[in-house]
Amino acid sequence: MAMEHTVKAFDEELDAMTAELARMGGLAEAEVADAIHAIANSDLALATSVIARDSRLDVLEREVERRAIRLFALRQPVADDLRHTVAAMKIGSNLERVGDLAKNIAKRAVVIVETEPVTPLTSSIERMGDLVTDRLKTVLDALASRDVEAAVQVWKNDHEIDEHYDSIFRELLTYMMGDPRTIAACAHLLFVAKNLERIGDHATNIAEILYYQITGVELTDERPKSDSLTPAEA
Amino acid sequence: MTMPDVIVTAASDAPPTHVAKLDPARVKLAVDNLDFYYGKTHALKGVSLGFEAKAVTALIGPSGCGKSTLLRTLNRMFSLYPGQRATGRIMLGEENLLAPNVDLSKLRARIGMVFQKPTPFPMSIFDNVGFGVRLYETLNRADLEDRVEESLRRAAIWDEVKDKLKNSALGLSGGQQQRLCVARCIAVRPEILLLDEPTSALDPISSAKLEETIAQLKADYTIIIVTHNMGQAARVSKHTAFMYLGDLIEFGETETVFTRPVTRRASDYITGRFG
Repeated sequence: MAMEHTVKAFDEELDAMTAELARMGGLAEAEVADAIHAIANSDLALATSVIARDSRLDVLEREVERRAIRLFALRQPVADDLRHTVAAMKIGSNLERVGDLAKNIAKRAVVIVETEPVTPLTSSIERMGDLVTDRLKTVLDALASRDVEAAVQVWKNDHEIDEHYDSIFRELLTYMMGDPRTIAACAHLLFVAKNLERIGDHATNIAEILYYQITGVELTDERPKSDSLTPAEA
Repeated sequence: MTMPDVIVTAASDAPPTHVAKLDPARVKLAVDNLDFYYGKTHALKGVSLGFEAKAVTALIGPSGCGKSTLLRTLNRMFSLYPGQRATGRIMLGEENLLAPNVDLSKLRARIGMVFQKPTPFPMSIFDNVGFGVRLYETLNRADLEDRVEESLRRAAIWDEVKDKLKNSALGLSGGQQQRLCVARCIAVRPEILLLDEPTSALDPISSAKLEETIAQLKADYTIIIVTHNMGQAARVSKHTAFMYLGDLIEFGETETVFTRPVTRRASDYITGRFG
């Protein structure tokens, strides 16, 4: 890492912003993991707690944004510092969206728990959820350690999440056709899968932003995609 | 998939120096392997770079890095002082400005300079601007008046002085005096303008006006500005050269230098980590 700024307060402000962002990462990651756990284990209390916790992420996002704006206004950051500050703002808003999606999953968990026992249906969701949580964790670790390679790996592997989503989509269709009583729960699970897929997209966004932050170059090469669904089905 | 070829400044393999090469067709003034000595002090060490025609190049770096020295070699200002000498080449077109037979008076009409502190002559505003013109050219009164007006307009000070051209230039504010010096400089129609920290003695509004003047002038002149104000370098220039201890460390497009500098030293300097 670079040497310290001549003006120490500059370092302190950058560090404080980074610390808030790290807290956001921790909270978002826990929200996603708990939301998936709530669905898999029909844990109503856990689902309710995820819903309640999300507002903390919103507060932290505003705090990161305030700190970034303050840095722009008072320090006029350039080069590494500029990219660091821009990246913190953008990553903050991605994490806030991750929290919203986790909260939405938790809300659906509450509904699903109250309808039908759907344990066989939720195991695929759980597997996809574990994959997405792992991606999120990897990219947040990469953020903490400024690991470009790890960020690139997350960015390259997003198609695995897309493939999971396609597979769950087909699986749930089969269940719904086989037993119309599961339609309500399956429809909610479809949204859960879609939300997980979007969390994966946010992890990929964060990887792209981190890559720019560290290298100063945009990650623009064509990313491997798995998009077998036609728009009508999606 | 191939990854873009990137240089991470924080990495240990970041290059120690990085000098972008300009398209030779766009270079107005080419400095080639320039060394400069104040007596035994080696102030510039093998500096090579090009200054693009009709564009602004900013020279930045901590005090004593050689940026003002470089500026002073470009119009042979140093030739006034014994014991100072330069080796290498400074090519303006086909002409080497360091060659012994260069007519220094004519050279300084081609390469004008504005200094850190305003240097108005103790005479009227009109005569300040007309002073150099009268030295180099023989114009009739009407043509001289046209030239003075044109120069004052280009220096973005005409509206402020047009009703008091006969007043002493010493009565102008510091910012106005500095723009008057720019007008005096461009009145002799130079090809290149050298600005040595032109706003360091000015208030923010006067500085902004001078920056606007620079923005207007770059359409017609090759401008080289030495500045300690990093924000100013970023705002006014197309290219930035970062110097340190007599070496040219990094030279490239200003946008690149300020968003993703290639060398560690340039990065540390512009982000306020040393210097």
